Amino acid sequence: MTTVSYAECPGRERLLRLVDPGTFHEWLPPAERLASPHLAQLGVPSSFDDGVAIGRATLAGRAVFVAAQEGGFMGGGVGEVHGAKLVGLFRRALRDRPDAVVLLAESGGVRLHEANAGLIAVSEVMRALLDVRAAGIPVIVLIGGANGCFGGMGIVARCADRVVMSDIGRLAMSGPEVIEASHGVDEFDARDRALVWRTTGGKHRWLIGDCDVLVEDDVAAFRAAAIDALDGASPVTLDGLEAEHALLAARLALLPDVSDADDAIALWSRLGVADAGRVVDLEVEAVRALRAA
Amino acid sequence: MEWSTLAASLFGDDHGITREGDFLQGTVTFDGQAITVIGTTNHAPIGVRLALAQARAVLDTVARHPGRPLLLLIDTQGQQLRRRDELLGINRAMAHLGMAIDHARRRGHRVLGLVYDQALSGGFITSGLIADACDALPEAEIRVMRIPAMARVTKLPEAMLEELSRSNPVFAPGVGNYVTMGGVRRLWQGDLRACLREALAEAPVEDRRAQQGAVRGGRRLAADVVQRVLDAA
Repeated sequence: MTTVSYAECPGRERLLRLVDPGTFHEWLPPAERLASPHLAQLGVPSSFDDGVAIGRATLAGRAVFVAAQEGGFMGGGVGEVHGAKLVGLFRRALRDRPDAVVLLAESGGVRLHEANAGLIAVSEVMRALLDVRAAGIPVIVLIGGANGCFGGMGIVARCADRVVMSDIGRLAMSGPEVIEASHGVDEFDARDRALVWRTTGGKHRWLIGDCDVLVEDDVAAFRAAAIDALDGASPVTLDGLEAEHALLAARLALLPDVSDADDAIALWSRLGVADAGRVVDLEVEAVRALRAA
Repeated sequence: MEWSTLAASLFGDDHGITREGDFLQGTVTFDGQAITVIGTTNHAPIGVRLALAQARAVLDTVARHPGRPLLLLIDTQGQQLRRRDELLGINRAMAHLGMAIDHARRRGHRVLGLVYDQALSGGFITSGLIADACDALPEAEIRVMRIPAMARVTKLPEAMLEELSRSNPVFAPGVGNYVTMGGVRRLWQGDLRACLREALAEAPVEDRRAQQGAVRGGRRLAADVVQRVLDAA
């Protein structure tokens, strides 16, 4: 079977290839012409789905709700309509109880052209997502688009039950360009691709445990991982939050404030990854084997 | 307003809130009720360490003092823009803080945010914007980005954004814009103690910010779009 690159597919096509063939039923499709009025006001081209497709489908025969952000439109940025579509999807999931909600995330975060509305919208998405988790419905986030998953959507992703990434996916908060603009090229050289991937990329997120599954850049691999996560509901508990806190506090302690070695490689080594210096050259399968069980 | 001035006017000179670096923490008594106060000052950038400090205080309150209200005092320049924080998973630390606050709400703690100085982007999403309700002082500033920077990033003329910001609150910084969009419930005017009393008495449990934004005219689409998704065939 030929491999279809997840990164190279547009969001909508990715979604159609991910779910069972012919089962995607879209809500508020482009035919309804629900575009951002704010972009139009700025004279910026808009899109009839405001950069996100939402609806229901089946995945391995199970009922799921799905959303796919379109990185090719405004970098997947969350505006008022885009955010409200995601909130609506989660609220509907709370009402209709599908087996899972699958979010194909690709976003730079808040869309600056409608920044205030986007910021509030991201917080509404977070709350609606956590309502769904609290109801015992798993939320699965897939990250493998060329634009990565940044800003508010980087936070949203980490609110999910399960995060699946490819090695070329990126998950973080602020983009390297923003950090370089703020603190200079010595802080973060945004053109140093290897450094960018060591800091935000799928292999790094896998090795430190920020993603639950690391897959190849292949739609079929993402599909298999999503199917595997369908029964992975893990409602948030105080014990779970304490465990998370302990993990994050221990990780912080592993990396002293000032380090002259390569930070990422030092962190991997201290987490017990053997031959951490070789990680960048390894295939996905080899990297998968490096994380302690 | 200085945090200590605010604390003194709300809880008296003996308020019991202490500052450690940019982190504020304490237990205050208000109308005979204990309240956990957690906050930041000095326009703190929220990095992994500060996100965890806040989360720790939230989790301790949930574990040791079931039902005790939480007051979040907000003054932040946004997320820490450092490579090391990104490497350490700042987005995960911020999600953890947001989820801790959300969990407290679900277990019956009322959580109230108050922007007393400045609130920006990432630092705001996982504090005031995840609370039951978020209020602000009238002199507070809330924004994602200043207009000159927004003009650079979006490659749109600054004058055009300035002009539009007068008619459309989604573009421009300003606490008033966040009120009309439903992101901030109300501004505290006059007697601050009366404002806190009122705010604690009516902390909503449901997220009705999109509806408020529609009623107030600042966010006309969000509530309608959510409803259309619920109603779609």
